[in-house]
Amino acid sequence: MTDDAPVATSGLVKRYGDLVAVDGVDLTVERGDVFGYLGPNGAGKTTLLRMLLGLIRPTAGQARLFGRDPLADGAKALQGVAGFVEGPRFYPYLSGRRNLELLADYDGDGARSRIDEVLEVVELRDRAKDRVGGYSHGMRQRLGIASALLRRPQLLLLDEPTTGLDPAGMRDMRELVRRLAGEGITILLSSHLLNEVEELCNRVAIIRKGRIVYEGGLGELLATATTGYRLRVSEPERARTVLLAQHGIDTVAVTDGELGFTADEETVARVTITLGQARIGIKALVPQTASLEELFLGLTGGESSDHDREAVA
Amino acid sequence: MTAVARIYRWEIVKLLAQKRTYLGLGAAMAVPLIFVIVLNLQSGGPNDVPLGRYIRDTGLATPFVVLFFMSIWGFPLITALVAGDIVSSESQHGTLKTILTRSRDRGEIFAGKVFAAATYVLVIVFAMGLVGAVAGSIAWGFHPLTSLSGSRVSAGHGTALLAASLALYVLPLAGIAAFALFLSTVTRNSAASVVGALMWALLMQLLGVLPGTEAIRPYLLGTQFEAWHGFLRIPADWAPVFRALWVCAIYIAVPLAAAYLVFLRRDVAGD
Repeated sequence: MTDDAPVATSGLVKRYGDLVAVDGVDLTVERGDVFGYLGPNGAGKTTLLRMLLGLIRPTAGQARLFGRDPLADGAKALQGVAGFVEGPRFYPYLSGRRNLELLADYDGDGARSRIDEVLEVVELRDRAKDRVGGYSHGMRQRLGIASALLRRPQLLLLDEPTTGLDPAGMRDMRELVRRLAGEGITILLSSHLLNEVEELCNRVAIIRKGRIVYEGGLGELLATATTGYRLRVSEPERARTVLLAQHGIDTVAVTDGELGFTADEETVARVTITLGQARIGIKALVPQTASLEELFLGLTGGESSDHDREAVA
Repeated sequence: MTAVARIYRWEIVKLLAQKRTYLGLGAAMAVPLIFVIVLNLQSGGPNDVPLGRYIRDTGLATPFVVLFFMSIWGFPLITALVAGDIVSSESQHGTLKTILTRSRDRGEIFAGKVFAAATYVLVIVFAMGLVGAVAGSIAWGFHPLTSLSGSRVSAGHGTALLAASLALYVLPLAGIAAFALFLSTVTRNSAASVVGALMWALLMQLLGVLPGTEAIRPYLLGTQFEAWHGFLRIPADWAPVFRALWVCAIYIAVPLAAAYLVFLRRDVAGD
């Protein structure tokens, strides 16, 4: 753990009565990461973000943002940090621009002078004079990003930024996140959507019931998965003997004249050469990759949405 | 401008954008107006309340008489309406987390809200006083005022006494505002806070009229609504005035301190 990493938590726990929403999370987000905090609803994603933002107190453990503790340092810990949990909320009776003016004044640091610029970024300039009460969900999400950008953040914490958006809104939001990441902003993004995280993030943590069950790159996750192959050849019985003689292949199943085995890519490459040298013709060699979806469901216990627990998550 | 001053300014903007603020302020201004109109249409008067007998002698008497009538539940309700909402409405709108994740500490935000609530209390009391004095003077003229000791003071002197009385009257009302703000922070529910604060005010009044409470009566919050009578004696009776100052300070400080501690530490989640 680097001392001034944008996000560093150790042994972070949040308990609500009997429910452990966050259960001993050790997490480090490095500068420049677009980090996906991925898990089904109710896995404790929002609770973690709340602790990072200093909105709730951890039951145990520590959270640090650039080395500062939101509990001990209060608002100072949020220097260079912006974001929202559970969707951004604004004063419905004030206009979008007034809301931003209010937040800019809470920020100080010349934030007021950036209002036009951030409204431009999220394409809300035309509607800035209207009351937020009349905004669509997507407009509020965009105003949420605008209000975060007012702080010129080095770290953005985004809680399911595309939830509730229509497909076009989702695409625009992801485009925006990518653009901000391209400007060098470190982003920690929670999501229950695998494809979203796959598309945007270079690193992920997969969460199940408040615990991290995998942390790393999605590509590495795929590579670690045991991969199966199906092989069709001219002489199945002789091919089976050849396969079993290879180092790295333990068992070979034969079904309807088709061979099934598990091996890494290096071994498979050697197998094709050996089969050729043995004059066994290869008709088909098909990798049976586990999809990310399958891996994700496997890791998270196949839990689907759990709205009862979302209230506290 | 300091951070708290900026937050205070926005708290005022928020109050000015909400209907309940105008409902409270409107009620505070409507009561003396209705009072004057009704007394103009009728011959009787509120003879058994302080200065009630002199209500038609000078418009200056009107706000004093209205102060008496509104102390039981009128002003407490109008006060609780806004003070009981000032934290919980942010919880309910989810905007508390929005402002708590900017660059201001919780203590600064709390201070801004306290000053805004205090401003509101000050404004409703003086708005009532102004409307009462103006409407009363239009109806009955701007003449010398008969004090509670029976001697008359000039209209100018009477106006000064009115200003001092209104200022003193703000203190017990601030005690109710502090309690409402405490409930608003703890319950996160506006209706519960408004009703709870009103119950608190009524309980204080009730304790003051029950037999056997004579010993504690001078220290009840409700009693302090009459402290301004001290100004209306010639010479002034400072005992109730000074007592109101320290008694109200306690009724203001205790709930505010409790609310402050809760506000600093509480989890802002799921609301």
